[in-house]
Amino acid sequence: MERVQALGIKKWIDLQLHPQRIPENSALAAKLAPLDTLYMSTAQMLRNYPSPQEVKAMVAGKLPFPDDPDKRMMVDRLAARLQKATDQDGAKPRTVELAALLEPQQLRILRGGTPQEKLELFNSFPQERQDQLLESMGQGMRMQLFAAAGPALRRRIESANGPQSMVAQDLMAGKLFRAVYSNRQLEEVLVDFWYNHFNVFLEKGADRYMVTAYERDAIRPHVLGKFEDLLRATAKSPAMLFYLDNWESTGAQSPAGLRRQRGLNENYGRELLELHTLGVDGGYTQKDVTEVARCFTGWSIRQPQQTAEFEFNPRMHDEGEKTVLGVRIAAGGGIGDGDKVLHLLAHHPATAHFISRELALRFVADDPPETLVKRMAATFLKKDGDLRAVMKTMFDSPEFWSRGAYLAKMKSPLEMVASSLRATNADVDFAFGLNNQLNQLGQPLYRKVEPTGYSNSGQEWLNSAGLLARMNFSVALVNNKVPGVKVNGASTAEGVKLGSPDFQKK
Amino acid sequence: MNTRRFFLRNSALAMVGAGAAPLWLERALYAADAPSPRKKILVAIFQRGAADGLNIVVPHAEKRYYEMRPTIAVPRPSQSSERRADAAIDLDGFFGLHPALAPLKPIWDDGHLAVVHAAGSPDPTRSHFDAQDFMESATPGLKATADGWMNRALPRADAAAPSSPVRAVAMGSVLPRAMRGPNSAIAVQNLSDFQVRNAEAAGAFQSMYADSQDATLHAAGRETFAAVSLLQSIQKRRYEPAAGANYPKGRFGDCLRQIAQLIKADVGVEMAFADVGGWDHHVNEVGARASEGQLATRLADFGGSLAAFWTDLGDRRQEVAVVTMSEFGRTARENGDRGTDHGHANCMFVMGGGVRGGQVYGKWPGMQQEQLYEARDLALTTDFRDVLGELVKGQLGNRDLSKVFPGYAPTPRGILREA
Repeated sequence: MERVQALGIKKWIDLQLHPQRIPENSALAAKLAPLDTLYMSTAQMLRNYPSPQEVKAMVAGKLPFPDDPDKRMMVDRLAARLQKATDQDGAKPRTVELAALLEPQQLRILRGGTPQEKLELFNSFPQERQDQLLESMGQGMRMQLFAAAGPALRRRIESANGPQSMVAQDLMAGKLFRAVYSNRQLEEVLVDFWYNHFNVFLEKGADRYMVTAYERDAIRPHVLGKFEDLLRATAKSPAMLFYLDNWESTGAQSPAGLRRQRGLNENYGRELLELHTLGVDGGYTQKDVTEVARCFTGWSIRQPQQTAEFEFNPRMHDEGEKTVLGVRIAAGGGIGDGDKVLHLLAHHPATAHFISRELALRFVADDPPETLVKRMAATFLKKDGDLRAVMKTMFDSPEFWSRGAYLAKMKSPLEMVASSLRATNADVDFAFGLNNQLNQLGQPLYRKVEPTGYSNSGQEWLNSAGLLARMNFSVALVNNKVPGVKVNGASTAEGVKLGSPDFQKK
Repeated sequence: MNTRRFFLRNSALAMVGAGAAPLWLERALYAADAPSPRKKILVAIFQRGAADGLNIVVPHAEKRYYEMRPTIAVPRPSQSSERRADAAIDLDGFFGLHPALAPLKPIWDDGHLAVVHAAGSPDPTRSHFDAQDFMESATPGLKATADGWMNRALPRADAAAPSSPVRAVAMGSVLPRAMRGPNSAIAVQNLSDFQVRNAEAAGAFQSMYADSQDATLHAAGRETFAAVSLLQSIQKRRYEPAAGANYPKGRFGDCLRQIAQLIKADVGVEMAFADVGGWDHHVNEVGARASEGQLATRLADFGGSLAAFWTDLGDRRQEVAVVTMSEFGRTARENGDRGTDHGHANCMFVMGGGVRGGQVYGKWPGMQQEQLYEARDLALTTDFRDVLGELVKGQLGNRDLSKVFPGYAPTPRGILREA
C-alpha cells in the first residue's frame, strides 16, 4: 500500500502492466528456490520424483534412473518396496516396522520425546537409515519431526511417502508464495486468471507431471502478450492435450483410424469454442464442434510418460476438407488445420467480447457494464488481441473507477487468504497448511475438475459454509494455528477484522 | 400445526440462540416416538459429468445396444453363477441394473425404487457446463434464469411460524446452482465443522455481520449463525447410523449419512442436495469385465451409498423421496477409446416410501439408427421437469409449478402413489 501511495495509483498500475520493470522481492526468490520441481521439465520430474509406475519403468530399463545419488538411492528403496509388495500380492508398497529399525529406548524418544530430542536422535542416524525411518513412521510422528526440522529435512519428510507428491506440493507452494510475496501482483493475478480460464485438473493421470510446465511455459509468458500466442501455447501443451483427451483423438479415415485403434474425440474442440474463445453464446453449432475436432486430430503427445512433449502425428490426422464457422479449410492441411482454427478463433469478434467480459467480471463487477466490455473488446480487435492493451483500456475506463465498482465484489478464497497474509505481514515458512485452508474455503488450487474453472463472479463464494470457513481461517491465522505461517503480535480481535464483512470485499 | 414437537423445535431454537439448550430439550428433539405431522422431504442427487445411463440401467433386450457397444456393453443377465457377477441384474425382462448397483435391487424388489429411462433435458447442448446449468435452473435453453429450481420450489414460509434455518441444505462447500435464489438455503461441507471454533470471535463476528451495511453479507451472516446454533444443538452426541447402514467410505457416502442425520434429528429440513462427480468417461469406461473399471467403481459408491441411506432412514422412509439426475447421457455407440462421448437422454432414479417403485417409467425410444437423437444418442421421451414437478408437488406440497418451472407445464407420470 505504501508503495501505491508513493507512486500514485495510475503510475503503479502502469508499472504493474510492465512487470519486468518491477524488481522482484528477494524474499520470494528464497522461498521458491528449494521447490526444485518448479524449474524442471516434465521429463526431469518423472525421473527425479517418480511415481510407482515410473519406478517400475526404471527397473525394467524403460526409463533412466535419476543422476543425483540421493534420489537414486530413494528410487532403489522404492523399487525394493514395490518388489516386496508384488511378491506378497499386496497393492501398496510395504514398509519395515519401526521397531525393527530402532532400539526400544530410541523408539520411546521418537514416540514421547520433545521435538528437539526427536530431531537430535533422528540426525544421529546415517542418511539411508533416516530415509528408512521416514518411510516407516506414521503420519503423526512424521509431522512432529517436521515441525522441528529445517528446510532440507522437511523436503525429505514430505516426499517420504511418495516422491511424486512433491510435484503438486511445489506447485501449490509456489502459487501461494507468489501470491503473498511477489511485487508483480498484477502478473500473478493474471496468471491465476488465465490458468483458470484454460483450466487443467492437476489430478487427471499424467497431468500430475504436466501442469508445472503448463503454467510456467504456456500461461505465464503470455498473460500480457498476444491472445493468439497464449491460445496456441495452451493448444500445444501436453497438459491440455491430455486433460481434454485431444492427444488420442484420431480421424476416422486416417491411417491410425482405419486400423480402428482410436476415434474422434470432441472434448477439446467443444471446450476450445465454448470456454477458451467464442463463449457459449458465440454462435457456433454442434457441426462446428465436430469440424474443429477433426482439424485437431493428430495434435498429440510424444511419450506422455517420458518426454511428454507436443507432437503432430500425421497418421492420426483427418486429411479431409473441413468447414469451421463458415470458413473452408482445404483438404491436406496437416498441422496447419489446427493453426488456422486457432488464428480464426483468436481474431473472432465473439472471442474479443467473451474474453473482455470475463476480465471485467474478474476485475470490476459481477455484472460488468456492457459499455466497458465493448470498449475492451474494441481494443482487443484493433490491437490484434494484445492483452496488455486490453487491460490498459479497462484500467483507463471510468467504469473501473466508479463508486459502484469499489468493494463491489466478493474476494475469492485465494484472494482472501493472500490479502489476509499481506495485511498481517505474515511469514509463510511452508505452504501446505494454507493449501489445506484453501480446500476448506472451497477453492482447492489446481484441482477444479471441470474445464470451466472457478467462476469469475463473486456470487460463487457467497454462502454459509464459505463464510464460516473464512471466519475460522482468520482466527486460526492470527492465533498462529495455521501450520507453516507465523503472525507476530496479532490478536483475536485482529482476526475478527479479517473475517469481517468488509474484508471479504474487493 | 401447533403440536408438541413443533413447539419444542421452536423453543429449542430460541434457547440455543440464547446460549445453551438444556439436556431435556435435546432429548425431546431427538425423541423419534413423539407423534407429529412431519413435513415430507425431497433429496436431489446430481451426478456431475454426464453418467452413462445406458450402462447404468441397461436395455439388455435391445440388440442394437450390444451392436453399438462391442467392447463396453454390460452383458445380458445370466443365471450362471460365474457370469452373474459381471452381468446386468434383470429388472423387468427388458432393462437390468449394472452389476455394481446390486445393493439397490432389494429396494426395487420392495417397490420403493423406480427408474425413468430416456429422461433428461430437451436442450441439445452437449456442454457439461451448460447442461448442468440448465438442469439446475430447470429452464433449458434459458441462461438468464438467476435462481435454481430447488430454491423456487421451497414452499413459502408460514408467516406465523419461523421457518427452520436449515430447511434447504446442500452438502458441499458452495451452494449449488439448483439451490441459489432468494429463499434461504445453506451449503454445509461437514456438520461438525459448521461453527466458529473460537467462542470470543464467534460473538464478535455475529454482531459485525448483523451490523453490516452490505445487504447480501448481512443476510448471509444471519442465515449462517442461525444454522450454526441449530446444527450444533443436534451434535452433542455422536451420530450412529441405523444397524446395517454401511455407508461406503468417501465423500458421497459422508454426504448422505449427514443428510440422514439431519432428517432424523427433526431440525426442519425440507430439501437436501448432494452431488457426486467422476462420470465423464471418455476413455476406458469399462475395465476387463463389466464389474470392473471406472464406471463400476463410481456405481459401487453411488449404489452402496444410496442403499445405506435407505437403511439408515428406517421409519422415516415414508417421508423421504430421493431423485437422481445427470446433465445428459452419453453416446449410444462407444468411441475409439473404450469410452463414450457426450450424448443426450439418460436415466433417473426415484426412491422413496411414497414411490410406486419396481417399474421403469418412460417410453423406450429404441436404438435403431433412425430412432437415435441426431443419429448418435438415445432420444428423449421424458422431460426431467415432469419427474421433478411431480416430486415438488407431492413431496414439498408446492402446487404452483408454473413458478417453479417457468414456461413449462410438467406432466405427472404417476411415480408417486399420491401426488
